Amino acid sequence: MTLQLVLVVAAALFCVGLYGALSQQVVVMVMMGLELMLNGVILAVAAFWWFLAPNPDGMLLLLVVIAAMTVEMAMGFAIATLLHRSKETDMTDMAADLSG
Amino acid sequence: MLSIIVFSALAIIAVASGIAVFRVDSMARATYALAVSFVAVGVMLVMFDLDYIGVITILMMVMEMAIMAIYMIMFMGMNPALMPMSMVHNNRWSAILATGIFLLLAAGALLVPWPARSGTAAPDLTVAVGEALMGSKMLVMLTVSPILFATIVAALVLANPRGRYDRWGDNLKRVCPDDPQQGGLGK
Amino acid sequence: MTGAVMNPAWALLAPVVLGVLALAGAALNGVFVARAEGRPALSGAARPVLEVMRLMRQRRRVTVAADRLLWRIGGMALLVIALLKTAVIPLGPWILADISVGIVWFNAMDVMVWAGMWLIGWGANSAHALAGGYRFLAQAVSYELPLMFALVTPAVAAHSLRVSEVVDAQQDLWFVVWMPVAFLVFCGSVLAFSAWGPFATAAGADIAGGILTEVSGVDRLLIMAGRYALLATGAAFAVALFLGGGSGPLLPDWLWTIVKTLVLLAGFIAVSRRLSAIRPDRLAEVAWIVVLPLALLQTLVVSIIVAVRG
Repeated sequence: MTLQLVLVVAAALFCVGLYGALSQQVVVMVMMGLELMLNGVILAVAAFWWFLAPNPDGMLLLLVVIAAMTVEMAMGFAIATLLHRSKETDMTDMAADLSG
Repeated sequence: MLSIIVFSALAIIAVASGIAVFRVDSMARATYALAVSFVAVGVMLVMFDLDYIGVITILMMVMEMAIMAIYMIMFMGMNPALMPMSMVHNNRWSAILATGIFLLLAAGALLVPWPARSGTAAPDLTVAVGEALMGSKMLVMLTVSPILFATIVAALVLANPRGRYDRWGDNLKRVCPDDPQQGGLGK
Repeated sequence: MTGAVMNPAWALLAPVVLGVLALAGAALNGVFVARAEGRPALSGAARPVLEVMRLMRQRRRVTVAADRLLWRIGGMALLVIALLKTAVIPLGPWILADISVGIVWFNAMDVMVWAGMWLIGWGANSAHALAGGYRFLAQAVSYELPLMFALVTPAVAAHSLRVSEVVDAQQDLWFVVWMPVAFLVFCGSVLAFSAWGPFATAAGADIAGGILTEVSGVDRLLIMAGRYALLATGAAFAVALFLGGGSGPLLPDWLWTIVKTLVLLAGFIAVSRRLSAIRPDRLAEVAWIVVLPLALLQTLVVSIIVAVRG
């Protein structure tokens, strides 16, 4: 197991997530894409931490990424609920229309 | 050698289930495919001796995906009959862009001369991260906590359909809150 | 007590012990049911064995457009989760995997139950089953946070997330004495994540058996066995966290662990027959406004005691 191998896997996860976040129309599916991107980021940070500088500070970065994921999820669900209530839609395209 | 085999198997599971998220026809399968991807990454973290963070990742993500599945079904409303689901836009350009960025990142990962490892891991990493969080790096904790709290408040403000005036009346004088759900405290 | 290096072959024994405990729980439940129905108690004790044989022979019921993959995964999940939990539960001086984050591992596994129960409800493509799955998740949101703080409390007192160190820290005084609230919350959560007793609305008779509506044959056997196994692992973990593990006079450690686990398991089964069902939608408010602050307060008190004692 080398740093390069782990980073390539992390890049693959990140880009699958990127594809999903860009191409999906449903808000919750876009969120799943974002989650997958952050999944790749977590793996990459862990790899950098383990192979380059295994001190406690790097682990804090991981915790920050996980916290960011929590925030993303909570706000995503809240916005999805709001969209569904105010516009009866779950599509990002329709959320761009003004006034509901 | 064994670790490379285990890691490769996990990597294949993680990436394949990640791809499955956007390929399968059922929302429940999509959500739980993402959960599998996260569990695989969690196990990889455990392989890097990050026991605590790895297990926490598994815990959080399985919980999140269980809830996510409910949201998917609530907003998209389909039965498990595997109805075809294709709700994409800009499919072609998204794929091209994602592939391009993957090539860029992979090239970077392979070509950059990474420095040698410096320092050694603490014997008990869970203790180390706890002491860093509550000691020298407390600013991280002090920043993350209010952000998480603000998130709770903001998410509730956005998602809550009924405020306290709906529950307690216009002058907030109602003895018993008027809720669509029955039961709970004080009723 | 700690540090006994285990031969991996012992891992084969763990499912046997778990199976015996689960079967004992099922037999006891059979006795209670038989007594309530006025039949001889012994016929009730034999009931689980007969039920196993009946379910092994039964043909699987098939529903239209079932999501078979997810249904099967959900059906197996409960038993697999219970087995994964046994890895961190000490039996006297032995523990299969004394990992440094044993308590977090247990917690992660009981979150897996969320997925398992919901998938059982989802896979059948049946309205009652799905309602059962939703009921379980609604209940899970209520019990999970108090459960987390109940798990944190012994870890704070023992300065460790390693289960063997938590057991060692109770040599002088069992944790149940000075953290009774955490113990009660944990016991309630064990009933809740096994969908048992007052928390069994997910499989309630009012929705035609809920998640169990459409499962039959081997699937049903796996799910029922999984619920008893979850109950047994919950009792065994409560023994390790709060009841001093294997400490006790005369008998060897491992026997004490089993005796205590059996007593607690019997208590779970006896008590939950006497409680009425708790509706998940009404549980949420009570769990978040009363139980969660109580659990937090318990953690705070224990933290202060630990800090003062140094």
